[in-house]
Amino acid sequence: MNSLIPLFIIIPLAIAFIIPVIGKLTNYFAKTITPIMLLILCFFSVTLLFNNNQESYIVGGWQPVDNIPIGIYLVLDGFSKLILCIISVIGFLVSIYSISYISKYTSENNFYALFCLMIAGMNGVVLSGDIFNLFVFLEISVIASYALVAFGVGKNELEASFKYQVLGNIASFLILFSIALLYWQTKTLNIADISNILKTHDSSAFLTFTQILLITGFGLKAAIIPFHAWLPDAHSSAPSPVSAMLSGVLIKAIGVYVIVRLFFNMFAFTYEIAVVITVLGTLSMIIGSLLAINQWDIKRLLAYSSISQIGYIILGFGIGMMILAKGGKESLAVLAISGSLFHMVNHSVFKGLLFLGAGAIEYRTNTRDMNQLGGLSENMPITSTTSLGASMSISGIPPFNGFFSKLIIIIAAVQAKFYLLAFLAVIVSIITLAYFLKFQKAVFYGKNKNFKDIKEVPFAMSLSMIVLVILCLGLSVLAIPSIREVVLDQAVNSLINVDEYVNLVKY
Amino acid sequence: MSLIVKKVAQLITGFVFLYGIYIIVHGHLTPGGGFAGGAILAGAYILQILAFGRDPLHLKKKETGSSVSESVAIFLVLMMAVAGFFIGAKVFFNNYLPTGKIGELVSAGAIPLYNVLIGIEVAAALLTIFLALIIYKEEIEE
Repeated sequence: MNSLIPLFIIIPLAIAFIIPVIGKLTNYFAKTITPIMLLILCFFSVTLLFNNNQESYIVGGWQPVDNIPIGIYLVLDGFSKLILCIISVIGFLVSIYSISYISKYTSENNFYALFCLMIAGMNGVVLSGDIFNLFVFLEISVIASYALVAFGVGKNELEASFKYQVLGNIASFLILFSIALLYWQTKTLNIADISNILKTHDSSAFLTFTQILLITGFGLKAAIIPFHAWLPDAHSSAPSPVSAMLSGVLIKAIGVYVIVRLFFNMFAFTYEIAVVITVLGTLSMIIGSLLAINQWDIKRLLAYSSISQIGYIILGFGIGMMILAKGGKESLAVLAISGSLFHMVNHSVFKGLLFLGAGAIEYRTNTRDMNQLGGLSENMPITSTTSLGASMSISGIPPFNGFFSKLIIIIAAVQAKFYLLAFLAVIVSIITLAYFLKFQKAVFYGKNKNFKDIKEVPFAMSLSMIVLVILCLGLSVLAIPSIREVVLDQAVNSLINVDEYVNLVKY
Repeated sequence: MSLIVKKVAQLITGFVFLYGIYIIVHGHLTPGGGFAGGAILAGAYILQILAFGRDPLHLKKKETGSSVSESVAIFLVLMMAVAGFFIGAKVFFNNYLPTGKIGELVSAGAIPLYNVLIGIEVAAALLTIFLALIIYKEEIEE
């Protein structure tokens, strides 16, 4: 029991509580400690990713009694390692970027404290092996994000935050209600234990009802299409580093991650549920991209494109689930799921970069309206180049990572004979290219009408954008099968082999 | 506020405060605990502010104090959890103190200490929220 995985929760939580105290004495404390903390977590999570041990941890040392787990379990398996990596790496780059960006706001200390709290909550969601604690950590991270969305305290920010809170609370209510239903039926809250009990439980209307409630609740958190109303407002009004965190990491860590974890490792999913998830994924993929075409606000366009890309991720998982539920070839399911995990990593990198780029434009020009911008590529070469890289990556141009992950998902769909889904995925990719070309043309090329004498953004901001664009190119190597096996296959295995997760939680 | 309200508030506040402390320290024996007791403690402060204080400058000073003590209290809770790691069985939140006899006031190891810290944290947090709202109202009126 010498495991150190609780440090992922303890360190950010401790920093979040120290900042308001020491921050009163000096202004530099919060700015320096947050990136340092996230850098440490980065190294820690990357080392975890490259060694093979998976472990579980009992908080407080409460050993199981009569084979009933009574303590709080933290579980670290391949899938959670991957998400922890995404959280810390993107969090680190975003915190570097914030050093310059947030200095134009008052009360910087509150920003960093809330930021650390959000990171702590997300790490908690990813590590928790107990469905109620998962809910508690989820609330910690979303409440921090409500406050962060409203950080500018203007009219738009407050309205967006209020909308986000109302829909977020509906989602939390649905989730809590379904957790209560599960507890009522299974008398336990531990995910592995519930999974064991549900194996002997015959599938009933109750179980389907709970599953639908969970899909709705976490679908609201992940902004899948019928539940997406809060996302365009919240992600476009938040300060840009926060938008990058929300779009790049939060909707994955508390939405997609939990849906996938619960349906692969807790419920034995049926074909019907797999179809529901695939249909939701396809819908958000198509409608998200169609809605994005007509946006003239940079960050709103990016927010709608997030919905569309989350659709790709859900689609990949859905195809995998359909193949597994029908008893098809497991290698195909592995391909689909690894494709969508790959796309999840890629999306957090390029969408983070795009939002940081939009923030850089807003930082210098104070506008997000594409009609007023134009010709910025001469004034802001770094922002222009990095945004071009990210745009090509998200629309699937070959040397960049987005191409390979979409390709893997499409190949899996074709091989499993879902020709319609593969066709739609290709079409949406072309639409994505269209609206990102529009974004590039309207902002960086064409005639510079209003902003002739602006400069490039400060060093800290351009540094994190450059690192992200290098990651955009570098992550393409994950397409090579031997490298993919090292990084992604652990995660895929822990999803497909249900027993592995259950055996990890020893009781 | 009128003299009657001020006098009654003066008389009652002490009892409310004591009752909050009672709830907190008996958290491991009776219903209630850190959260419930902390809410009562905050109630005692809020009663005083409602009866006497309307001076926003003075309130701002108080708000600083309460927000600092909130952060410090919750930080100490975390540090106690980490202390559990270093003393004894290498597990966070390890209950390393002797547990004593069931039913006695000084028993249950570290749990009463957590209760006390959580009581301070909840009292300070509720007071901070109340002060933030009341300061905001004063600023609007000016």
